[in-house]
Amino acid sequence: MNRDALSSRRSAATVSPPRDTVARRGSVYLSRHPRLRLTVMLSAPLTWLVLVYIVALVLLLVTAFWSVDSFTGEITQSWTFDNIVKVVTGSLYQNVTLRTIGVALAVTAIDISLALPIAFFMAKVASPRVQRMLVIAVLMPLWASYLVKVYAWRSVLSGEGVLQWFLNPFGIEGPGYGLTAVIMTLSYLWLPYVILPIYAGLERVPDSLLEASSDLGAKPWGSIRNVILPLIWPAIIAGSIFSFSLSLGDYITVNIVGGANQMLGNLVFANVGAANNLPLASAIALIPIVIIFGYLALVRRTGALNNL
Amino acid sequence: MKLSTFSRGTLGTITGIILAVIYLPLLVVLVNSFSTSQSLTWPPPGFTFEWWIRAFQNQGAVDAVFTSVQIAFISTGIALVLGTLISLALQRFEFFGRDAISLLIILPIALPGIITGIALNNFFRTIMGVPLSIWTIVIAHATFCIVTVFNNVIARLRRMGTNLEDASADLGAGLWTTFRLVTFPQLRSALFAGGLLAFALSFDEIIVTTFTAGSGITTLPIFILENMFRPNQAPIVAVIAVVLVVVSILPIYVAERVAGGDKSDRR
Repeated sequence: MNRDALSSRRSAATVSPPRDTVARRGSVYLSRHPRLRLTVMLSAPLTWLVLVYIVALVLLLVTAFWSVDSFTGEITQSWTFDNIVKVVTGSLYQNVTLRTIGVALAVTAIDISLALPIAFFMAKVASPRVQRMLVIAVLMPLWASYLVKVYAWRSVLSGEGVLQWFLNPFGIEGPGYGLTAVIMTLSYLWLPYVILPIYAGLERVPDSLLEASSDLGAKPWGSIRNVILPLIWPAIIAGSIFSFSLSLGDYITVNIVGGANQMLGNLVFANVGAANNLPLASAIALIPIVIIFGYLALVRRTGALNNL
Repeated sequence: MKLSTFSRGTLGTITGIILAVIYLPLLVVLVNSFSTSQSLTWPPPGFTFEWWIRAFQNQGAVDAVFTSVQIAFISTGIALVLGTLISLALQRFEFFGRDAISLLIILPIALPGIITGIALNNFFRTIMGVPLSIWTIVIAHATFCIVTVFNNVIARLRRMGTNLEDASADLGAGLWTTFRLVTFPQLRSALFAGGLLAFALSFDEIIVTTFTAGSGITTLPIFILENMFRPNQAPIVAVIAVVLVVVSILPIYVAERVAGGDKSDRR
């Protein structure tokens, strides 16, 4: 390329000053006023979340302090603590609350202990090709409808199902429908939600750290305990938020594989539907809300909320 | 980390077993969709294509799929816009109440669906006086889908830094031009991944949907719930499930390819 061509190209590349359009002036104004920019960006999503969600939630909670006229079935808007007292002191509600927390904790424990080895294998042992296949394999069941998976477990656990068919030669009785079935099914349903954040957390742990740890004489188990676990702790907590809170409110799985057992979700559902007592339902709904807020407050410091 | 062949093998075996357990029930569904038994008897007494033929001729099922796709598309669209805006605001600015806002985004997914469901039902019907319709479902779904977009986008923004955007501004690009030509192309794969999750979440949601659906609106999960326990319809539900899993391979594969291309090196 000769010198003339080069210089003509250079002059052609000179940028002309931008035209002074309204959009341009708006852009200049906004870039000089970061606070205004922030307000513009936040206004739409915040309006949506507060208007649709927070207002609805607060109004529901207010309903817990109202009552239902037993004759007309209409809600009476006068303040009363009856529903709250009933829910806190009633032995039915206490038992169901404890059962629900127990199930949610069991599901969370099972899911974390299953997710850790598989996520570790995916992130640190498998070759990139196998890794990609495993991610797809873990993600795919998420697309099979929730209901279909519960239904599949119903058929697996039924008296004439696969599990019993498999156990028969050993003379073992399967768990049938009940709390064990609920725990198994819920663990199954939420497992991918627990694997994914833990896998993402492990992916972020640089291999060089593990090499350094083993160069400095740590055994694999020592590296896992002293290097990996502290680093992926927020990711584990993030996974636990999913399994814990999803289990806490579930009522459909309990209906399908739980036999006659009830969880908090069932009580809420029964009071909204058949009993037509929204105030009592909202009072019961306060229990999982309090539990989850407590849990979130407890884990907030770990930074888990950034790992969801 | 140097793992012995033994521990690698053990880990591989555990992974294999867990995957087998994950796929066993899905396999049972697949087999049941070809079984002549209507009551899930195992082993299946006979083989038939009847359910597959009837599923594709079932207008109710086809309509339900269409309704669900529609709802999922619109709510994902809303969630993409709102989620991107809010993650840009939270990642690029320091301000009072940031933590409260990130809690606010998580809340719709962290609180049980039945609470969100009855809260919105009460809000729409008694407070606002709006009749439940397909749009009340969309509003509800978009609300809890924001979080998946938010998570993906904010993680990407954190990794991107602001160097390229600053350079673009220094070279005279306005805010909108910078977003269109610099920020957005870098966000694209994160938006795709977040959008895909949002779509899946909306497509499969049953609890909130039950409480926000107008009468006569049948999404796919509502259709499945209504038909699951009818003896003549249960195998059709199995067929739908199999089709969904098979169809889902495509978007997941694409998402993996898109995300795999710009994955940061983990060494």
